[in-house]
Amino acid sequence: MAKRPFEGLKVIEYGEIISAPYCGRLLAGLGAEVIKVENPGSGDKARANGPFPGDVPHPEKSGLYLSLNANKMGVTLNLEKKKGKDVFKKLIETADVLVENNIRGYMDGLGLGYETLKAINPRLVMVSITPFGQTGPYKDYKAYHINSCGAGGMSIGIGDPAREPLTMPLSQGGYEAGLSAATAVLAALLARAKTGKGQFIDISEVEVWATTHAGQYVLTFLYRGVTGIRRGTHGPQVYPCEIFPCKDGYISLIAPQIEQWVRFVEVLGNPEWSKEPRYRNRRAMAEEYPDEVNALIIPWMMARTKEEILKACQDNRVPCVPIYDIKEVMNNRQIKAMNFFVELDHPEAGKLQYPKGPCLFEKTDWQWNKSAPLLGENNAQVFGERLGYSPNEIAAMKKSGVI
Amino acid sequence: MQSLEGYRLLDFGTALAGPQVGQLLADLGMEVIKIETRVKPDGLRLGRPIVGDDIAGGDDGKWLDMQPMFHVTNRNKLSFTINLKQPGAMDVFKRLVKISDVVLDNSSPGVMARLGLDQAELQKIKSDIISITLTGCGEFGPMRDTLVYAPLIIALGGLESLLGYYGDKIPMNLAPGYGDTNASMHGAFAVLAALWHREQTGEGQHVSLAESYAVTNLLGEAIMDYKMNGRVQGLQGNRHPTLCPHGNYPCQGDDKWVSIAVDTEEEWKNLCTGLGAPEWIADKRFADKNARRQHWEELDKLIAAKTAQHGAYDITDILQKVNVAATPVMNCEDQFSDPHFREREVNVEIQHPIIGTEYVYNNPMRLADMPPTIRRPAPSIGENNDYVLKDLLGYSQQEVAAMVERKIIF
Repeated sequence: MAKRPFEGLKVIEYGEIISAPYCGRLLAGLGAEVIKVENPGSGDKARANGPFPGDVPHPEKSGLYLSLNANKMGVTLNLEKKKGKDVFKKLIETADVLVENNIRGYMDGLGLGYETLKAINPRLVMVSITPFGQTGPYKDYKAYHINSCGAGGMSIGIGDPAREPLTMPLSQGGYEAGLSAATAVLAALLARAKTGKGQFIDISEVEVWATTHAGQYVLTFLYRGVTGIRRGTHGPQVYPCEIFPCKDGYISLIAPQIEQWVRFVEVLGNPEWSKEPRYRNRRAMAEEYPDEVNALIIPWMMARTKEEILKACQDNRVPCVPIYDIKEVMNNRQIKAMNFFVELDHPEAGKLQYPKGPCLFEKTDWQWNKSAPLLGENNAQVFGERLGYSPNEIAAMKKSGVI
Repeated sequence: MQSLEGYRLLDFGTALAGPQVGQLLADLGMEVIKIETRVKPDGLRLGRPIVGDDIAGGDDGKWLDMQPMFHVTNRNKLSFTINLKQPGAMDVFKRLVKISDVVLDNSSPGVMARLGLDQAELQKIKSDIISITLTGCGEFGPMRDTLVYAPLIIALGGLESLLGYYGDKIPMNLAPGYGDTNASMHGAFAVLAALWHREQTGEGQHVSLAESYAVTNLLGEAIMDYKMNGRVQGLQGNRHPTLCPHGNYPCQGDDKWVSIAVDTEEEWKNLCTGLGAPEWIADKRFADKNARRQHWEELDKLIAAKTAQHGAYDITDILQKVNVAATPVMNCEDQFSDPHFREREVNVEIQHPIIGTEYVYNNPMRLADMPPTIRRPAPSIGENNDYVLKDLLGYSQQEVAAMVERKIIF
């Protein structure tokens, strides 16, 4: 077996839906031991979210849950009960990382806040993911992904300027917050190797959007007074940054460099209109009459398929590609050449394909050995073998609803 | 002390995706040296700066150092100008590789190899070096040479096909460069993962990040739906698979909106009372989540009629007080002046030697004991040549002068 970079790293994940689980997934895919702690009974809320095979809800067949929790061990633990807290503290004693995305203050309220856990294990790195962070006037605001995306400055940039702004599809904010959390955890672990001490990390999903992803727009506001960045199928400043219909779907074209536009016009066959001054002012074309220019190009597009356009443009170094749907992505020749998908078998959901990971590591690549855990699948292993509770004690915990 | 102090990264990044990897790491204390040359500067250094004629007027020789877009993703970095194609330059550069930990680039597949700086060559110089290359579609395979920018990355990766109004056919453009920024955040993660591995084993390696598929990696729900049900998900609009209502609703003012999302029945009841429409609670059309989902459009219209009577901040305040998830849909002006963003310093005021006061967005990775810092503005081109050549590599003033003379340092 190839080497796994995080071999030996012990992570406790007490979080649900997307953000904390994606953080755990990034670590688990590179070899960390991730113990996912779920509430007894219903478990991670993602288990109630689809998609489900045949659209029939089943807590062990949630596509969302399955896609985020492979390679993890699963235990159930009720942290509202004293015994549950005691068991959790024992897990923390030997852990390197705790990742959680409960509402702000929930862990403190349980008596399991960072200060308490640090006293048990000073090497612990704890990351809390919340919508607005641990401080500031909105720290206790309730927010789902659409709310964080809106406050984070992304939504205002998506959609038709005459219609409502759109949120990022499929809760992207949860993934981005989890990714920032995982990256910050690694920075804290590298620091711990020198100082011997863990630390607390505060990740705000709103801030992840407002900085790394949408932060550059503050500049266009400051220097140009531009606040409305939503332009439908059009793009700003320089034509073209456009979405076009074609014979069998849609394509996306952008040509920031003048040479790229010239080459695109050549691909079109240097039509007469392209020589008129009105169609040489790329700024006006973008800001004032993009639909008019599009109308001149659409007939060429509609006569061709996505793949024909891709070839014609890319052969001439014009940045233009098809808008692939999920089926086309999964069957794409490039993604297949990269072996991007791995197949895992799950006792309830069966064989499914999962994305391997966001990049390729030459020597320590992603390894997926096991699909997502059944609810409480590893209780005996973790509580018994790992923490040393006897079968009788475990049975008693089960009876009293602790696990 | 900062978390990544002591590590050195050589940053060949240009435009957004590459440089932002270096920026995210530099904020946490890594020494990031931007490798540049005046022969072909980073595109973001070029053109007329957007800072206004009062500042940009006059000496256009300074424009290279006056680009706000360049400044945000290159703050905290040092600049070293070396023309690697000049005879003798590679010998100098190799000495720098020898004392570095990571080499970063987002050039097209094969460019680093042609420079003699791919992993195989770098390893000969420093055995445990880590290198990372960000490309649109990967470094091998039939589509590796596809020319892309951020909007095309999300088109190839599948996200764009989901981005648009529910019921429409044509997808909407995404103004922020998510195809790039998602790649850079994953790139920063990958660099640290490779460093962690090196610390455990002494082994370096190459990391290859395909920006399009870093996007696909986040579409698990749609991938599973296709595999489980053969269903190809289309434009999502503001609909959510389980939450309802779930949308951005109009408010008083020009292009002002509030986002509202409801999960539980308790939240639903609170929304009704918060909006001054307690009669909806007993309305059979909205009796439970499924009923509300069936009458989605009617419900959205009713909510919009209520929110339109309020300012976005006012209705947010009203709804948050009754424990309903609501936030203003903020634009950059809102964010810039918002009290929460101010208190948490989401945008940081810094001083730039030419522009004066400027703002850069902060880093979201808030390590409590070792927070990210903005220590210095983006470097002017070649600003740190002396530091690199004399302090790090031990060249004398005369040797440096000779390199400048021979346009190795340029």
